[in-house]
Amino acid sequence: MLVVAIFFIGLPSVATNFQTFEWAEVLIFAIAIMGLNLLVGYSGQLSLGHGAFMALGAYTSAILIHRYHVDYLATIPAAGLLTGIVGFLFGIPALRLSALYLALATFALAVVTPSLIKRPVDLTKGTEGIVLRAPVPPFGLQMTSEVWLYFLTLGIAAVLFWLAWNLVRHRPGRALRALRDGEVAAAASGINVAGYKTLAFGISAFYAGVAGSLYGIATAYVSPDSFPVSLSILLLVGTVVGGLGTIPGPLLGGIASFFLPILSQQWVPTQTWIPAQVASAIEKAGPAVSYGALLIAIMIFAPNGGVGLIRAGYGILQGRLRAGDRGTGQAPPDAQTI
Amino acid sequence: MQEFMQQVVSGIASGGVFASLALALVLIYNAMGLVNFAQGEMAMFATFIAFTLVDHGLSYWIAFPLTLVIAFAGGVLIQRIVIRPVERAPVLTLVIITLGLATLVNGAAGFLWGYIPRAFSSPFPVSTISIGGVVASLQDLGVIGVSAAVLVLIYLLLQHTTIGLSMRAAAHHPEASRLLGVRTSWMLALGWGLASAVGAVSGIMVAPVLLLEPNMMQSIIIYAFAAAVLGGIESPLGAVIGGVIVGVTVNLAGAYLPFVGGDLRLAVGLAIIVVVLILKPNGLLGRPSVRRV
Repeated sequence: MLVVAIFFIGLPSVATNFQTFEWAEVLIFAIAIMGLNLLVGYSGQLSLGHGAFMALGAYTSAILIHRYHVDYLATIPAAGLLTGIVGFLFGIPALRLSALYLALATFALAVVTPSLIKRPVDLTKGTEGIVLRAPVPPFGLQMTSEVWLYFLTLGIAAVLFWLAWNLVRHRPGRALRALRDGEVAAAASGINVAGYKTLAFGISAFYAGVAGSLYGIATAYVSPDSFPVSLSILLLVGTVVGGLGTIPGPLLGGIASFFLPILSQQWVPTQTWIPAQVASAIEKAGPAVSYGALLIAIMIFAPNGGVGLIRAGYGILQGRLRAGDRGTGQAPPDAQTI
Repeated sequence: MQEFMQQVVSGIASGGVFASLALALVLIYNAMGLVNFAQGEMAMFATFIAFTLVDHGLSYWIAFPLTLVIAFAGGVLIQRIVIRPVERAPVLTLVIITLGLATLVNGAAGFLWGYIPRAFSSPFPVSTISIGGVVASLQDLGVIGVSAAVLVLIYLLLQHTTIGLSMRAAAHHPEASRLLGVRTSWMLALGWGLASAVGAVSGIMVAPVLLLEPNMMQSIIIYAFAAAVLGGIESPLGAVIGGVIVGVTVNLAGAYLPFVGGDLRLAVGLAIIVVVLILKPNGLLGRPSVRRV
């Protein structure tokens, strides 16, 4: 925990401006993934449409800044709140949908999002998009825009992670996990299933909205094509690859989401054990092929994501250390139980 | 009135395309309880194969069945290699695998054939005929005819042959089927192959209209979802009925509702999905499922 904190706080001093900006985007993804994780990992509802919520947050901020000249800092909670309310309302009909149907419906939402954004042209400026100015550090602090952005994102991420951790530790977290693992049994135990499920949707959308808002501010531009269906898929992938139903998972997920598409293209040529023709074919084929293949491989071999791998490794290590205690050979409990 | 009927006929033709892809989705859902998000991309890939065959001089009416065979083989391969290791995994894992598959197939198609849209010549002449005063294009009628033929063939296969019976048995109750000598794992592979072939029909039928390119099926799959959900995701007949209804509805909405226009037709598909799932989650022909604790 401390190591992570030191790493993130110290990053801008050793990284270039561009790298700092990249890591700010990682944190933005991590925030959105934290929200999605609450929904998928803790309440067991599958959403393939969180890109749409990010779009809502981003456009809310952009329109408030551009049209109504609201200070960009104030738009972040506003965007989050609005998206959260929309998410909560979305959660109401979602109650009736089983996991697969919800995935289907949210997938359709994600595909339709760009065309929905383009429609109200006077509000969203259609395909043109809205251009914003880069955020200026307040109080005359001596730092570049990227570094300020990074610390802003870091601060918000830290607060939101802490909030999520608290939520999960106490009653709401237990209720969510109970209804994820056995909805009928949870209801029979007196848990307000409908209430908690819609609440999960609302909170998860709030996180996505904040992330979207930050995304728009960071890139200083929003357009319908910034939010294609692949964004929603990327968020879900990040959630699972990081580690579903865990708190550190989304951080790993954010890193994975950002770097996986980039690295999957760059990694292959460096692997000398792959025959040259295969490697060059994969390289020319583009990121989608390696990304898709990597995704499938990860799902087959490490479905519990990064945190799962770490825990499994830790479990093996513990088993080896406790050599005299070979009686129980139990595997650690499965974190993924949808 | 005439224009209305024309829109309806045209809608039925689109409906045939949606119904074929929806049938593919239903086949896999029946076999595994999973919605294959990669179905559209697999169909697109098969269509590209058909394009390549025709490009190399094969007649359309030879390339078409040959592509179906190749698509069938491809579906079986995918099931054996990608899906079998994770057969018993939770829904989320399988969903992500199909998403990964979709990305992979899309990227592979882009790599092999590029992203520039190509014209796919239709075997049906571009002329129109008049039936009782309604002008219908031969292209549309041809699509309806081919889709109907394929759907009838699938129906006959599933309901009236032994192997169809084995497939249905394996999907419905794997343990009992295994005891009766049905090789359930291969039935699953057959299901995937069949679904892939039926999806390929959908792609080949729609390519002349939409121009062939890797992202061609991304909207079609949404309409296919709508059709499958509307008809009841376990019911093949429902997929067909759902497909036709979705096709006609989307066409009429695009033509007669001013705020829908061309670009929001996909949103109509989304609206259908949402409305059906809220009002009648099991669709028109589906059976309500029982949830166990």
